[in-house]
Amino acid sequence: MGDVRLMKGNEVIAEAAIRCGCDGYFGYPITPQSEVMETLMARQPWEQTGMVVLQAESEVAAINMVYGGASCGKKIMTSSSSPGISLKQEGITYLAGAELPALVVNVVRAGPGLGTIQPAQSDYFQSVKGGGHGDYKLIVLAPASVQEMNDFVGLGFELAFKYRNPALILSDGAIGQMMEKVELSDYKPRWTDEEIQEISGSWATTGKKSDRERNISTSLDLDSARQEQFNHKLQAKYRAMEENEVRFEKINCDDAEYLFIAYGSSARISQKAVELGREKGIKIGLIRPITLFPYPTKAIQEMLGQVKGILSVEMSAGQMVEDVRLAVNGKVPVEHFGRYGGIIPTPEEVLEALEQKIIGK
Amino acid sequence: MTEEIIIAGFGGQGVLSMGKILAYSGIMQDQEVSWMPSYGPEMRGGTANVTVIISDNRISSPVLKKFDTAIILNQQSMDKFESDVKPGGTLLYDPNGITSHPERKDINIFKIPGAALAAEMGNPKTFNMIVLGAFLKVKPIVAIENVKKGLEKSLPERHHKLIPLNIEAIQKGMVNVESVNSI
Amino acid sequence: MTATTEINKIINEDNLVYKKTNLLLDNEMHYCPGCTHGVIHKVIAEVIDEMDIQNETIGVSPVGCSVLAYNYIDIDWQEAAHGRAPALATATSRLMPEKYVFTYQGDGDLASIGCAEIIHACNRGENIVVFFVNNAIYGMTGGQMAPTTLEGQVTATTPYGRNTALNGHTMKITEMIALLPGTRYVTRQSAETPAAVRKLKKAVRKAFENTTEKKGLSFIEIVGTCSSGWKLTPTQSNEWMKENMFPFYQLGTLKDE
Repeated sequence: MGDVRLMKGNEVIAEAAIRCGCDGYFGYPITPQSEVMETLMARQPWEQTGMVVLQAESEVAAINMVYGGASCGKKIMTSSSSPGISLKQEGITYLAGAELPALVVNVVRAGPGLGTIQPAQSDYFQSVKGGGHGDYKLIVLAPASVQEMNDFVGLGFELAFKYRNPALILSDGAIGQMMEKVELSDYKPRWTDEEIQEISGSWATTGKKSDRERNISTSLDLDSARQEQFNHKLQAKYRAMEENEVRFEKINCDDAEYLFIAYGSSARISQKAVELGREKGIKIGLIRPITLFPYPTKAIQEMLGQVKGILSVEMSAGQMVEDVRLAVNGKVPVEHFGRYGGIIPTPEEVLEALEQKIIGK
Repeated sequence: MTEEIIIAGFGGQGVLSMGKILAYSGIMQDQEVSWMPSYGPEMRGGTANVTVIISDNRISSPVLKKFDTAIILNQQSMDKFESDVKPGGTLLYDPNGITSHPERKDINIFKIPGAALAAEMGNPKTFNMIVLGAFLKVKPIVAIENVKKGLEKSLPERHHKLIPLNIEAIQKGMVNVESVNSI
Repeated sequence: MTATTEINKIINEDNLVYKKTNLLLDNEMHYCPGCTHGVIHKVIAEVIDEMDIQNETIGVSPVGCSVLAYNYIDIDWQEAAHGRAPALATATSRLMPEKYVFTYQGDGDLASIGCAEIIHACNRGENIVVFFVNNAIYGMTGGQMAPTTLEGQVTATTPYGRNTALNGHTMKITEMIALLPGTRYVTRQSAETPAAVRKLKKAVRKAFENTTEKKGLSFIEIVGTCSSGWKLTPTQSNEWMKENMFPFYQLGTLKDE
């Protein structure tokens, strides 16, 4: 067993960043995720691994620092919570447009506007349907435990560099603030200049060498024909993600007659609702999407022959349920249950919603 | 084994740190644990609560409506959580400041004069460890040596000199817990 | 002797008195006739070439007329979102502290939308060089008012002249920046005569050399023209600049530590 500790999700994000060889973190304080930068500043990783940590003057500056750092072929990240992520959308679409790998963490709180600092899942649309302008997609990972907060930092960077695309960890205030047992990853050294040259030398702006053309990190092309070609290339990349990177977990699905679909905190609560339901003799299963883009559409479709109805459970007024309905395409009833505004539902409420909205109908 | 616990009281009573030490002790004996602090407007009213789950298996929801054990340290928490103990479950409370005592007959009820004993020990900060001791006497889900290991792991080195005092407080809680209702 | 051999005799290395630096690419510049950007690009490219730091220099271009600066100087470039170049340069310089990193920004980019980014990069004392081209107008979008637009100056969005009651005061951001402890070299230059260009080049060289000493940010404002935006010929533009801009934006070094 490696380094096992009891830690908050937010603290683990910071620790995982240091351990996975992250080169730079740029952030701005916002509740409920300020522990990420606080932990980094206390750990002083620049003394240990050489990682740069900087408190920026704004969310906007922070994400643009990410753009600058990512342009150098380095492993760069930022974290924030919903209102701050809204501010970062400009930089995120530029990252996607310049095909830059980077990791963004959103520890979601309830909105709209300033909302409240309590947990929510109401940034699903923003995360998987765009957020910023233009036709782009992020790789969206949804951790449901403190352990996955650790694991997805490394995975996020791996996927971001594999596809030269920003990745987003879509967490929430509950996962960020709760403590669980976590086995921290082993230390990986930061990439050397030679490794960066090998991995990203064809595009990274590290100084033009005499043996190559200049590298330009840009999302601009004023020629519409070329811009369309570039968009085709992006779309092909997103299709490849859909082909190769769908991740999900099935719980108690083998004999399930009813299905919860939930991610993150809601998946944990729904899993307990599955246990409570099965104690009452109701055959319930749970599909937990781990990647929200690409979405586990096929995994849901494979269940349609056996289930009588599906409840999408989210701490929102009903966002992911639209993707569930697209997957199901009218074949079985799909309903949404959510608490929002910072309220976390109880497992009992979730089970009751299934009984009333699906089974009772 | 799965034990689902709510610890509720005032901020400053060491509610969250008691939960943390309990959770760390669970890790020391290779169990799964979760620690979920209270979220909600009640935090603003000066009350604090934390849900701690210790289990041999993967933990599903860290947020619960019903608990195996409620550890209750003020009246507001009594009003809120007495009814949330599962039938057959356990309620442990400190009678200090409690005006309306628990009345359920379908649960085991214990009391520990934690505040009084802490005053006796001359250190009000031992309060939460006295209550933890009382809990571990009633529900010995983690071994004392694992609590000690948990303290070592969770406290910064400079506070390690306080560990013997904490263990003493736990033992004080263990011998002073009293049954109020037994089913 | 034919005319061709005669010309070939003249065109030889020994007779060469001026040569375009190799760092300036052959791409046709999109700048309007009389625009100052071309001269400034040339000066920067020459200094990078003369210091032999092409492989260690990263430029950050803005949104504005010089958005395509990366097409003209043969170094690695990052193209920033509007106003954010100092944020990109901050990260780049901190992650690769041995490199020469500069931003190239106009007055709308730096003094308006990017005001926070430049002030904070200067205040942190980032080890970068900032080129700030001030022509008192938004050139790229068609001649609208900038923070640097002079009182009474006619632009597309101040058709009756800038009125301070309606549009606010003309902003001297370079003076503000000189007050910040993170800056070590702050100067205001121009490029309308060979003498001015020579002075500008000295300043650019000094700024890049400062980078090696890691003692804070170097900031060079270049007061320039925008013939298209000002609706004047290039010659008239130079005259208008000298008459109206130089008295307000006085040339010279504000800080050199």
